Amino acid sequence: MLKVKNLQVYYGMIHALRSASLHVSRKEIVALIGANGAGKTTLLSAVSGVVRSASGEVSLDGKAITRERPDRIVREGIAHVPEGRHVFKPLSVEDNLLLGAYHRYTLRKRAAIRDEIEAVFSLFPALAGRRKQVAGTLSGGEQQMLAIGRALLSSPKVLLLDEPSMGLAPKVVREIFDHISKLRKERGMTILLVEQNARGALSIADRGYVLETGRVVLQGSSEELLANRDVQRAYLGRERES
Amino acid sequence: MFWEPDKECMEREELEQLQLERLQATLNRVYANVPFYRKKFDGMGIAPEDIQSLADVSRLPFTTKADLRDNYPYGLFAVPMREVVRVHASSGTTGQATVVGYTRNDIKTWSNLVARIITEAGVTKDDVIQIAFGYGLFTGAFGLHYGAERIGASVIPASSGNTARQIQIMRDFKTTALVGTPSYAMLIGETLQEKGIPVSALSLKYGLFGSEPWSEAMRKEIEAKLGIIATDNYGLSEVMGPGISGECLERKGLHINEDHFLVEVVDPETLQPVPPGEEGELIITSLTKEAFPMIRYRTRDLTRMLSGDCPCGRTGRRMRRVTGRTDDMLIIRGVNVFPSQIESVLFEFEGTEPHYQIVIDRKGPMDEVTVLVEADESIFFDQMKLQRTLVEKIKKRLAQELGIAVEVKLVEKKTLQRFEGKAKRVIDNRKL
Repeated sequence: MLKVKNLQVYYGMIHALRSASLHVSRKEIVALIGANGAGKTTLLSAVSGVVRSASGEVSLDGKAITRERPDRIVREGIAHVPEGRHVFKPLSVEDNLLLGAYHRYTLRKRAAIRDEIEAVFSLFPALAGRRKQVAGTLSGGEQQMLAIGRALLSSPKVLLLDEPSMGLAPKVVREIFDHISKLRKERGMTILLVEQNARGALSIADRGYVLETGRVVLQGSSEELLANRDVQRAYLGRERES
Repeated sequence: MFWEPDKECMEREELEQLQLERLQATLNRVYANVPFYRKKFDGMGIAPEDIQSLADVSRLPFTTKADLRDNYPYGLFAVPMREVVRVHASSGTTGQATVVGYTRNDIKTWSNLVARIITEAGVTKDDVIQIAFGYGLFTGAFGLHYGAERIGASVIPASSGNTARQIQIMRDFKTTALVGTPSYAMLIGETLQEKGIPVSALSLKYGLFGSEPWSEAMRKEIEAKLGIIATDNYGLSEVMGPGISGECLERKGLHINEDHFLVEVVDPETLQPVPPGEEGELIITSLTKEAFPMIRYRTRDLTRMLSGDCPCGRTGRRMRRVTGRTDDMLIIRGVNVFPSQIESVLFEFEGTEPHYQIVIDRKGPMDEVTVLVEADESIFFDQMKLQRTLVEKIKKRLAQELGIAVEVKLVEKKTLQRFEGKAKRVIDNRKL
């Protein structure tokens, strides 16, 4: 469904992404793991058009979207949930969600979009009770749910999630991962997930890629990556005898 | 029957994306972890990120058996030994043995790929499978063993040799599938006939054979003698072992596990790719191996890619069964012999001409080699004793060099056929 081939990104003199290739099939959860500065966020941003790639190809359902403008890419069906949520803090929860549909909002579609907002509330019941509350007063976990919900309002084919677990308490992290898993199970969503929490990400992902200094050095099923000693040492924090 | 239908019947485009991703990850790993590859890439001015398509693989350097020997034993490993859970080695008849290693994930992958081969050859979890490959450093027995266990078949690790006992096990344990070399299957078949045991006394249904070249004629004979359906499968320890490719029951060529191996066919002289479908040397790059990745290994095996789809529904490309080698290596009674070894021995002796011929016959189950060499006229002129001592000396030296006994015959000058172009020094009368 989402296909990335030989993506190269430079930040000035820094070669941030070196011929990175990956794919995400329909209804798949794919994890992108790696240390700080490995190029994970760069890759997501190059896919969503926030960062411009020097070369390489990105395609969605066979259609090239390489180096399109970010708003065009959203229309094609890619929603990027950035690291740090970036919800509109002074706005209400409801208005945050509504803004997710900004690019396709018309009076005629108003009712349909209302329904979609309700669907997000049933997906994240924690948000339902706070629909009129301003987003800035939500907890970290709730803000993350809101950011994901807002992305869903763009009715995406693929969801790009950047560090959804960052800065959250362990219990909330588990909750967020459960929600991501449910998104696929209940809504058939296709997800590319960037995480430093490799174990958490691989526990819900089907497959994964490991980035190191801008290069994909390993790829495989989550099971294979969890069994790989390099992954265990570098990203899972301890050695585990399997 | 399929073991991993989603992998074995993948769309071409999807497969090629997967191959590219895996190739790039493999290159990034070998560049970071194996000094041999890093030096080679640097020497050619290639960085891993320069490889941006499957066709770009042709820009990478080849790896040969000599490279493996030069880095004996662990020089080409891409992980530290503490991550290696298995080591295998191949024979060292012409020098140093070559050593290969596997991580836990490698063993899992290997088992899975062999499981595919076994499944496509008709075997299921309900079968009783007798492994008549020698257990040891060679990859054949363990490769098939783990793959058969993976699918849940009942595995009998009979190992090779002791034919009478093999047959007894086959009868008593009700073996339904036999694994071994085709020549050993022949020997078992002949032994059955000698002992007057009808195939109806056995429960055999399938035979999975490999590790040496064999022909359609030999397949028919084995099938008749053992009352089975026989399939060919291919692999070599330097790349992984069995599990690289295998025939399905259609027996229209060997399906390559392309999601794990990138194959090329090149002209062994120019090393350039041959036109599609033409014969050449098989080159293999591993795409998922962790402990012992292999970049563009020159197998020296001759094959060609087959066109058209296989009725079984698998989408991977198929290779024709391997019928020869690019380096003229002969397998005599299981020993690897190179004609060049014989030639260099002949050159040590005065009184012989640089014209010779190697004739191989099979009498019963044994291979016999006769070396015909032209002798000087002076020796043929009334010097019987001299002739005899010369022959004895050559025989002794050849036995020393090759590790097997060969016959030597002197012939008169200019009696052996002369060749324009490439000489045909070897006459192989064995019916494979």
